[in-house]
Amino acid sequence: MDLVALLAIQVLYAIASLALISVGLAIIFGMMKVINLAHGEFLMLGGYAAIEANRYGINIWIAMLVVAPLVVGAIGAIVERTIIRWLYGRMIDTMLATWGLSLFLVGLTTAVFGNTTVGLSAPLGSFEIGSYRVSAYTLFVIAVAFVTLGGVLAMLRFTRLGLVARGAMQNANMAAALGVNPNRVYSVTFAAGAALTGLAGGVLAPVSGVFPTIGVAYVAKSFITVIGGGAAIVTGTATASALFGAVNQLATYATTPVFGEVALLAAAIVLIRLLPQGITGRFFRRSL
Amino acid sequence: MTARASSLAGIAVVLAIGLAVLVLTPRLFELDVVLNVTVYMIMAVLALSLGLIWGFGGILCFGQSAFFGLGAYTYAIAVMNMGESTLPLVLSVVVPAVFAALLGYFIFYGRISDVYLGVITLTVTLILFNSVNSTAGPEFHIGSARLGGFNGIPGIPALNVPFFKDWQVDLEGMFYLATASLLLVYVALRALLASRFGRVIVAIRENEGRAQLLGYDPRVYKLATFVIGAAIAGYAGCLFANWGNFVSPTIFGLAQSAQIIIWVIVGGRGTLVGPIVGCIGIQWLTAALGANAPSETAGWAALVGNVPLILGAILIGFVLLVPKGILPTLGDLAAQLTPRRAKAAR
Repeated sequence: MDLVALLAIQVLYAIASLALISVGLAIIFGMMKVINLAHGEFLMLGGYAAIEANRYGINIWIAMLVVAPLVVGAIGAIVERTIIRWLYGRMIDTMLATWGLSLFLVGLTTAVFGNTTVGLSAPLGSFEIGSYRVSAYTLFVIAVAFVTLGGVLAMLRFTRLGLVARGAMQNANMAAALGVNPNRVYSVTFAAGAALTGLAGGVLAPVSGVFPTIGVAYVAKSFITVIGGGAAIVTGTATASALFGAVNQLATYATTPVFGEVALLAAAIVLIRLLPQGITGRFFRRSL
Repeated sequence: MTARASSLAGIAVVLAIGLAVLVLTPRLFELDVVLNVTVYMIMAVLALSLGLIWGFGGILCFGQSAFFGLGAYTYAIAVMNMGESTLPLVLSVVVPAVFAALLGYFIFYGRISDVYLGVITLTVTLILFNSVNSTAGPEFHIGSARLGGFNGIPGIPALNVPFFKDWQVDLEGMFYLATASLLLVYVALRALLASRFGRVIVAIRENEGRAQLLGYDPRVYKLATFVIGAAIAGYAGCLFANWGNFVSPTIFGLAQSAQIIIWVIVGGRGTLVGPIVGCIGIQWLTAALGANAPSETAGWAALVGNVPLILGAILIGFVLLVPKGILPTLGDLAAQLTPRRAKAAR
C-alpha cells in the first residue's frame, strides 16, 4: 500500500515536471507556430538565474518564482526582437536559427559559469509514507505545475489580453484590422512563453542541479509533449504530459531511468504516427 | 556553353581539384596534416549524405548522425567478431540503410509533415545516444565486442583489402581511401541527380502535390532518397571508425547532428560542392580556433576558442543573412555580373 502511494506520487511528479517544462514551449509553438529549439537553454538559464540570485542573498522562493521568470522573460523578449522577428512564417528557418541560439547559449554559459554542475538545496525537508521517505519539494513542484496550467488557462479564457492573443494567432490580418498590433502580441507571447520556461527552470533547479548542457535533456521531452498534445495549449500539454509522464515513470520503475526515457521517446513516436495532429487534434477538439 | 556541357565542366573541375589533393597532400605535408585532412574527407562524405536528402530531397533530417553512428558501431562490432573486414564494411552500409527504411516507412507513409519529421529524427538520435551511452557494464556485449557505453569501443581493427586479412590499410592508405571515397560518392550523386530519379526528387521538393498529380508517388521517392542518404552516412561512419580505431556515443550526439546541418547550410543547399566546402571550411575553422585558445582560459580567449559559441553564431548568422549558403549566393552574384560583361564585350 505504501509502495502504491509512493509510486503514485512519483508518477504524478513525472507528469507535473513534464507539464511544467513544456507549457512555455506549448505557448510559443501553439500560438506562434515558432519552433524554439533553444527551449532547453531557456530552462537552463532559469536555473542559473535562480541559483545566482540565491547566492547573492535573495530569498530562495523569490529567486525561483520571481527572478528566474523575469530574467528569462527579458532574454526571450530580446531574442524575439533580434532573431525570431525576421523569420515568421519560415518554420524550418526558425528551427535552425534557434538551434544556433541553443549552441550559442551553451557556449556562453560554459564560458561564464564553467562546465560544472551547480545546485541549490531543496527547501521544505521531507515526510514519511510508511517506511519510505519523500521530499516535500516533490509536492511543491506538483502544485506549481497545477497552478501554472490553471493560470494560463484562466488568462487565455477570461482576460482581454488572452482574447487578443487568441485572435491575433487565429487571424493576424483580421486582428490588425480591428486595431491590434500583431507584432506587439507576438513579442508579448514569446516573452511570456520564455518567462514560464524560466519559472520551470528555476523550480526544477533544486531537483536536477544546473550545468550548461542540461538543455539537451529537456528539449526533446518538451517537444514531443507539445507535439503529442496538439493544437490546444493547456489541454494538450496536460493530456500529453499525463500519458508520457506515466509511461516514463512506470518504465523507470520496471527497469532503469535510462530505459524510462527511451520508453517515453518511443511512446511519443508511436503516438505521432497514430495521431499526427496530436491528442487534441482528435479528442477535446474545442478545448484551449 | 549548353547546360549539359557546363555541368560536365563543373564535374571535371571538382575531379581535378580532388585528384590534386589526393596526389599532392601526402607528398607536400607531414603525416599529422594528412591525418587531419583524412577526417575532413570522411566528414565531407557525411556532409554529402545530408546534402542529398536535405538539399535535393527537401527532407530536413535532424538525425543524420544516427546513421553515421550506426555505421561506425556496426563496423566496430562486426569486425571485432569476424576479424576480417569485407563483410563488416558491407554491413556498415546495409544496417543504417535498413534502419532508415524502417524509420522512413513510418515517417513518409504516415505522411508526417516536415516539422514533425525533424522532431522524430531528433528523438530517434537521442534514443540511440541514451541507449548506447548506458551500456557501460560488461553484461552488454554483442559476440566478443563489448559495447563500452560512454567509454566507447577502442582498438577497432582497421580495414583490410577485401578477402585478404593481412593486407591492412595503414594511415596513408586511409587518406587515399577517404579522398577517393569522397570523389566517388560525389560523382555517383551527380550521376544520380542527372538521372530520371534525381529529377523526380527535385520535382517533389519543389512541389509535392504537382509531382504526385503527374503520377509520381512522393512517398516512394522520398523513402528511397532517405535510404540512400543513410547508406552514405553509414559508410562515412565506417571510415570514421577506421580513422581513429575508436567509436564513442558522442557520434550520435546532438552536437554532431548540428554540425552536419551547419556544414550544409553554410555551403549551400541544392548543391553538392557546397556541403563539401562548408564541411571542410567549418572543421578547419573550429580546429584553428580550438588550437589557438584552449577552453580553460578566461576572458575573451574563452569566447573565441569556444566551439559551440562560434558554431551557434555562424548558424544564426547564416539563417538570417545568407540563407542560401555561400556557393549559391556567389553563383547569384556571378549571374548578376555576367550579362553585363557579355553586353560590354559586344
